[in-house]
Amino acid sequence: MSDTPLLEVENLRISFPTRTGVTQAVRGVSFSVGREKLGIVGESGSGKSMTGRAVLRLVPPPGIVTADRLSFQGEDLLGMGEKRLRDIRGRRISMVMQDPKFSLNPVMTVGRQIAEAYRVHSDAGKAEAKRRALEMLEAVRIRDPERVYGLYPHEVSGGMGQRIMIAMMLIPNPDLLIADEPTSALDVTVQMQVLAIMDELCSSRGMGMIFISHDLNLVASFCDRILIMYAGRVVETCRASELHNARHPYTRGLLDSLPRLDDTRAELPVLNRDPAWLEDGA
Amino acid sequence: MITVDDLRVTFGHGADAVAAVQGVSFDVKPGESFGLVGESGSGKSTVLRALVGLNHDWTGSVTIDGKAQAPRRDKAFFKTCQMVFQDPYGSLHPRHTIDRILAEPIAIHRLGDADARIDRVLRDVGLGPQFRFRYPHQLSGGQRQRVAIARALVLEPRVLLLDEPTSALDVSVQAEILNLLKRLRAEHALTYVLVSHNLAVVAAMCDRLAVMNRGRVVEEMDVAALRRGEAREGYTRQLLRASLGYDRAAADSFRDFA
Repeated sequence: MSDTPLLEVENLRISFPTRTGVTQAVRGVSFSVGREKLGIVGESGSGKSMTGRAVLRLVPPPGIVTADRLSFQGEDLLGMGEKRLRDIRGRRISMVMQDPKFSLNPVMTVGRQIAEAYRVHSDAGKAEAKRRALEMLEAVRIRDPERVYGLYPHEVSGGMGQRIMIAMMLIPNPDLLIADEPTSALDVTVQMQVLAIMDELCSSRGMGMIFISHDLNLVASFCDRILIMYAGRVVETCRASELHNARHPYTRGLLDSLPRLDDTRAELPVLNRDPAWLEDGA
Repeated sequence: MITVDDLRVTFGHGADAVAAVQGVSFDVKPGESFGLVGESGSGKSTVLRALVGLNHDWTGSVTIDGKAQAPRRDKAFFKTCQMVFQDPYGSLHPRHTIDRILAEPIAIHRLGDADARIDRVLRDVGLGPQFRFRYPHQLSGGQRQRVAIARALVLEPRVLLLDEPTSALDVSVQAEILNLLKRLRAEHALTYVLVSHNLAVVAAMCDRLAVMNRGRVVEEMDVAALRRGEAREGYTRQLLRASLGYDRAAADSFRDFA
């Protein structure tokens, strides 16, 4: 972990004008990411995915993104031209989305898609790109890369599709990976295996990672640091190992409302949302 | 209450045939809550769909409430046995009001007294009469799932089949729905069969469970044993290990169970 952060975000705000007024999806979020695994946890509508998307300027119109600072290795992402942004998007920062079924091109073999991701960001020729793509498939533990290279997305399982997505996102060797619920569509055992692959690639390449998830336990066991978001704000930041000592009532409430294997509580405590959590001062 | 013996379900024909359920047997006593756990493709939802009569193409025997069930069910069956589906965004008609959604089963079964029944069942699931004339899109995910539960309960069934009833919901809402299901089971003496991939949810809701893998029941155990981590089969132990959170060493030790 180096001292200069890869990504710095200060006072990020995202709003959507609608017929009934302006909806504030993200309301003043600040954080920085170094070469570490940062988890962003929250429930649906907390703004966690929008925060991830804003980093790559992928917030769909008519969303309005403002920030006092949104910089990647010292370079301003918000004011940057589209051409320069394309050098960063995919090449330096890449993103894994939740569902491989909707993120892969259905009429192109998975191998060609991975090779394309490599060729777009380098001068490599076809043969070189194919060789790299096969290597990458092997790195994400796909048993028979030659066979899988020629398959179409509908011919692979969910777990394999997600590994293919990860291969595609990692082949340009990015510095920062944004993973938005990368394993939520997968079975628990496959989820563990996919996380192990990301973990290993992260530590061997010294990559930074933003891991967006709704699963508190998973994030606590996988990441180094955690931001907990509620209604567009970060309500609490803590080291992953310290999550069980979380102080904010929202975090506490979320932790308590999870059923646990070893608990015999007759009734699960229900989260009572305090309107004060919407205000500043968390 | 429910006896399933050597249930087999096959999809497709000839070379493309997939044996989704390969000889599953279990018993559920009246008033018991039984969990079916497994990963995707294990056949747990297929078992449930065969139980409720949504899948006609099966062999074996299914007895519910003392009656042997044919693949096609009569109307009286659905008065006894109802189902709640996974996705409350997909299981409610988007252009029907909650009132109309709840009135339909009453009309089909010619129960009469629709007004009082709807009012009662809405209160029962914690929604109250102000929700009665709203449309599904005006409700949150948790409220929709309450409507889906109300629709199942309005016929006063004795068996409720639950297919991943909380996996589309946030954890704080999941807790509310699980509490609601527990309370309803106690108040109405219902028998539950709950399908879930989440062992902790099954531990919170059920008395006994069966672990399924590739169309077969790998292991049957009671929840107390599950809590103590006393699984006999390697597959169950792996599933237990995976549900405890990320662990690098454990992930490397995982293998496929045929």
